Amino acid sequence: MSEGNGDGYAVRAEGLEKRYGEKRALDGFDLAVREGTVHGLLGPNGAGKTTAVRILSTLVRLDGGRATVAGLDVARRPREVRARIGLTGQYAAVDEVLTGRQNLEMFGRLFHLGGRRARLRATELLDRFDLTDAADKGVGTYSGGMRRRLDLAASMILAPAVLFLDEPTTGLDPRSRGEVWDSVRALVTGGTTVLLTTQYLEEADRLASRITVIDQGRAIADDTPDGLKNTVGGDRVEVVVADRADIPRAVEVIARVADGEPEADEAGLRVHAPVTDRVNALTEVARTLQDEGVAVEDIGLRRPSLDDVFLRLTGHRTEPPGVRDTSTSASQPKEAAA
Amino acid sequence: MSTRVRPDVSPEARPSTATGTGSDARSGSGPLDLTDLPVRSRTYWLLADVGNIVRRGLTHYRRQPVNIAWQLGFPILSVLLYGHVFGSAMQVPGGGDYRDFLMPGMFAMTMAFGFINTATLVVHDSTKGVIDRFRSMPMAPSAVVAGRGVTDLLVACAELAIMMLTALVMGWRPDAGPGFLAAFGLLLWLRFALIWIGVWLGLLVPNPEAAGGLFVVAFPLTMISSIYVAPQLMPDWLGWVAAWNPLSSTAAATRELFGTPVAGDSWIERHALLMAGVWPVVLTLVFLPLAVRRFRRLSR
Ligand SMILES: Nc1ncnc2c1ncn2[C@@H]1O[C@H](COP(=O)(O)OP(=O)(O)OP(=O)(O)O)[C@@H](O)[C@H]1O
Ligand SMILES: [Mg+2]
Repeated sequence: MSEGNGDGYAVRAEGLEKRYGEKRALDGFDLAVREGTVHGLLGPNGAGKTTAVRILSTLVRLDGGRATVAGLDVARRPREVRARIGLTGQYAAVDEVLTGRQNLEMFGRLFHLGGRRARLRATELLDRFDLTDAADKGVGTYSGGMRRRLDLAASMILAPAVLFLDEPTTGLDPRSRGEVWDSVRALVTGGTTVLLTTQYLEEADRLASRITVIDQGRAIADDTPDGLKNTVGGDRVEVVVADRADIPRAVEVIARVADGEPEADEAGLRVHAPVTDRVNALTEVARTLQDEGVAVEDIGLRRPSLDDVFLRLTGHRTEPPGVRDTSTSASQPKEAAA
Repeated sequence: MSTRVRPDVSPEARPSTATGTGSDARSGSGPLDLTDLPVRSRTYWLLADVGNIVRRGLTHYRRQPVNIAWQLGFPILSVLLYGHVFGSAMQVPGGGDYRDFLMPGMFAMTMAFGFINTATLVVHDSTKGVIDRFRSMPMAPSAVVAGRGVTDLLVACAELAIMMLTALVMGWRPDAGPGFLAAFGLLLWLRFALIWIGVWLGLLVPNPEAAGGLFVVAFPLTMISSIYVAPQLMPDWLGWVAAWNPLSSTAAATRELFGTPVAGDSWIERHALLMAGVWPVVLTLVFLPLAVRRFRRLSR
C-alpha cells in the first residue's frame, strides 16, 4: 500500500537549506528514501543529521529547498505529515514520571485514538516491544535500552508510514543496541519506511539498504553499503609488522602485487593496498616477507569498511563510539574534504 | 483523517529480542484496526488535547505525592513560622491582628512562587524532548501550553484550599460569603498571569537546574511587597516600590475581601481591588506574547 505520491519514495528532499546565524547546518541537502526500506543517514558530529530529521518531521522550518514526506510537502501540510510519521529523537523523549503504559496511553490519546483504543494499542505495543513486565513501573526505573524501546513504541502508535530515528542506539550497551536493531528490522518487515541517522558505521551497514553520507550539511554520497565500499576499491591485503623499521620493506613487497599505491599507517605498524587476485596476492606477500626475514604480526585480506569509505569521502574518520562531542571532532581538518 | 493510517504491521513482525521475556502470548485477536479513526472538529480535538495534557500533569502529582507535599510544605511552614514567631512582634497599621494581615499575604505569595513550578515543569519537558515529541504529533501545539496552564491552575486551587484550612485551624477567621469567593478568584487570577511568565522562563532557561535558581529572583520580589509588612512601615522609597508590586495589590485586595482591610494612603493602596484585577491583565499582555513567541521559536 503506497502512501507516497506514487513515485515509490517515502521521503524526498531537494536542496534543503537551514541556517543558524552564519552557520549553514544544511547547505543544499538532497535525499531520496524508497518506500519500505531502511535508509541510513551517516555523518560525523555537526554534519546536519538532526537538522535534516527535524525539518522532515516538521519540527523546524526550512530556509530553502523542498521536502515531501509520504508524498506531502512538509512546509505546506505539516499537520497531515505529522499524522503519517513517527519520530524518535536523539534523546529518548518519554515521560520519566509516568509508567510505560501510561506513556503509551497518553500518546495514543494525543494521537486521537480515543481512550479505549489507546489502551488496547498500549497493551499491544508493550507486548511487541517486550515491555510487558515493566509496563506498570515508572519509566525513571527503566534501563537505557528499555527507554529506547518505549520511545520506539511511542513513535509506532499510529503505525506510521515513515519513521525517523535519530541516533537510536547512541549511548546504549551492545545488547540493548541489538534489541533496538531487532525492533527496527521488524518494523520494516511490517511495511514502515525508516530513515535512520547514525554515527556508527556498523549500524548503517547492518540495517540500511541504502546510505546517504552527509558532511557539512551536504550529501556527499548516496549508495548501497556495498556500492559505497566499492568506491574505495575492492579487497585489500593488509600486513601488520612487528618492527617499525620494517615498514618500508613491507611497502616494497606489497607494491609488487598491489593494484595501487600501498598505504602505510606508521602508528599502527600497518601497511595495506588494494588487490584483485586476492589469494595469490596474499600468498605471495606472505612468502616474500618470510623470505626477507620481516617479522609479521598479522596478515590478511580485508574488505573495506564504511569507515574507509568515510575517510575517503570526507578526509576524516568518524569518531570511535564513546568519544562524541570531544575536541577530536572539532579539530578534524575539514579542508581535506574538498 | 480516516484514510491516512495504514494497517498495522503483521503479527509476525514482532521483534525477537535477546531477552526472551514477554513471550508470544499476544493479547486480543490481532493488530488493532487503526483505519477508521473518528473524524471530529478541530475545536473538539483542541479541547481533548488540553484535557489529555492536564490529565498527564495531574498523574504526575499522583505518582509523586512528595512533590505536592514540598510545594505545600513551604507556604504552610511560612504560615506557622511567621504567624507564631513574628506574630506578636509585627505591627499592622490601624492595629489589626498580624495573623489576619499575614494569611492573605501567604496566599498571594504561594501564587507568586507558582511561576517557578510552571517554569521547572516546562524546562523539563523541553530539555527532555517531550515538547518536541508533542510537536511532531498531529495534536494541537497550543494544547501543550494551554494544558500546562490549566493543570497549574487546578494545582493552585488545591494549594489555596489546603493553606486556607491550615489558616482556619490556626484561628484565622475571614468573612465568609461572596467576598471570600472573590478573594479566591483574585488569587487564581494572579496565578493565571504568572503562568505565562513561567512558560516564557521555562522555554528561556537552559536546564532544570537554572530554573531552580529562579527562587533567588522570586524571593526578594515577595519580600519587597505588602505580603509580610505593610509598605507604610518601610523606608519611603522601598515602601513605594513595595506598594506598586503587583503582589501587594492582590494581597491588599484579598485582605479587604476577607474583612480585614489595611488602610493605606497612596493611590495604589486605595485602589487595591481595582489593581488586583488590572495587574494580572498587564502581566498577561506582556508575557503571553513573549511565551508564544518563545514557543514559536522552537521551530526556528
Ligand atoms: N538550534 C541551533 N542553533 C544554532 N546552531 C545549530 C542549531 N542546531 C544545530 N546547529 C548547528 O548546525 C550544525 C548541524 O547540527 P546537527 O545537530 O544537525 O548535527 P548532527 O549531524 O545531528 O550532529 P550530532 O552527531 O552531534 O548529533 C552544527 O554545527 C550545529 O552546531
Ligand atoms: Mg544529531
